[in-house]
Amino acid sequence: MNKSDPQFNQFNKLHHFLSIDGLDKATLTNILDTAEGFTSVNDKSIKNVPLLRGKTVANLFFENSTRTRTAFELAAKRLSADILNIDLVSSSTKKGESLLDTLRVLEALQSDMFVVRHSDSGAANFIARHVSPTINIINGGDGQHAHPTQAMLDMFTIRRYKGSFDNLVVVIIGDIRHSRVARSGIGALVTLGVAQIRVVGPQTLMPADVESLGVVVYQDVNKALADADVVMGLRLQNERMTSATIPSTGEFFQVYGLTPERMKLAKPNAIVMHPGPTNRGVEIAASVADGKQSVILQQVTFGIAVRMAVMSIIMGHGEQVREAEANPA
Amino acid sequence: MKQFNAEEVMGWLNSMQSELQAIAVPDDAFFMIGIRTGGVDVGRHLHKALGLAEPLGELNISFYRDDFSTVGLHPVVGPSQVPVSVDGRHIILVDDVLSTGRTVRAAMNEIFDFGRPSRITLATLVQRTGHELPIRADIVGHCVDIPDDHTVSLNGSKMTVSIGQKSQ
Repeated sequence: MNKSDPQFNQFNKLHHFLSIDGLDKATLTNILDTAEGFTSVNDKSIKNVPLLRGKTVANLFFENSTRTRTAFELAAKRLSADILNIDLVSSSTKKGESLLDTLRVLEALQSDMFVVRHSDSGAANFIARHVSPTINIINGGDGQHAHPTQAMLDMFTIRRYKGSFDNLVVVIIGDIRHSRVARSGIGALVTLGVAQIRVVGPQTLMPADVESLGVVVYQDVNKALADADVVMGLRLQNERMTSATIPSTGEFFQVYGLTPERMKLAKPNAIVMHPGPTNRGVEIAASVADGKQSVILQQVTFGIAVRMAVMSIIMGHGEQVREAEANPA
Repeated sequence: MKQFNAEEVMGWLNSMQSELQAIAVPDDAFFMIGIRTGGVDVGRHLHKALGLAEPLGELNISFYRDDFSTVGLHPVVGPSQVPVSVDGRHIILVDDVLSTGRTVRAAMNEIFDFGRPSRITLATLVQRTGHELPIRADIVGHCVDIPDDHTVSLNGSKMTVSIGQKSQ
């Protein structure tokens, strides 16, 4: 493993996909271009390609997420890999087996890649540091840290609808502080060079040092939406609704909710994105989520191609690593 | 380094066109598919010369290559475009250079994921020595006998061909 960046191997190739941090524009663009190629698999009567034939991908979900797990599962299947879905929320980790024991068992089952979803920030990095060097790790969302494949599918969606990232004004609304989607999305938008990223939400849901990420903070959602090209909503998580961080969901909708009236402030061709699942009437009006400008379902579809791209890029150098392991210099 | 100018290459293309016309059957139009990127350049010429009504199909075989686990994913040169059904069709599969045969194997695998053609005819501008699989072209513009460390490359915009030692 590369000492300076855990995502790269000793040959300086992307080996794990843990975070957008540390990845340059060329790496992100390569993922988007590769994903573009994978979108055409839907045109074929047999929608699989044989790239990962004989490989085993294990979905390690320590936190429930049906849609992310399903998207990774379908991406792996389209690449002809075998997929293991391991529900760790209700399995032996509850019986006292340590995380490292679980990893050893999955290695012994000859898995080639782990997709890790965990409620603790840094879980995927921890696993990447402790697995056999031939195994690739994808972070499928860890705590409040990162959700890099979601960020890449958001970037793919933006590029599909807007052509390029230059000159775009992107607005992110809601719970920025607890959102790994926002954190990874901001990182990718900065690297890909959009003109301006605006964040808006309750003070209690705004990270203290948010400006340092390269964004402009707005208090007023109406001002933030002025001339926006891309409007990204975030899910207000249930646990925040019951805590004291916001007064009530009704009030949140009144002040920050994405309504048809507010969308009129953005550019007429602005797109509306949301990582899902949406809370209609809390962060977004149903008529906006289902409206003409909404690309929420397209995001889901593009997510398959983007995850296929990430999987095939990081697994493409397996032989080189295995040889180096077998014949240490 | 050996160069073939556009006039010579055009001569090869003309002979390929005649051979294709000779095997054409009325009421069973060819569906032509080029392998990106060189095969698409060659295919474009043949497609125009034969006056085929349907658009030229384009295959990007990056996802079907057999060297993925050793060299990784090749640069992706745009998605495959196969705008009409291949089921029951006579496909003319076009590439610029046939050498090992691995590209053609990958391309045929991909075509069969689109459907079941009745027949595939392989047309290649240059067939060189160095094959590693039992695959030969049906229609060849030019044959060359060159050592393994040499490479044949088509300049798609000028339609010229050069043969020289591989630059390492």
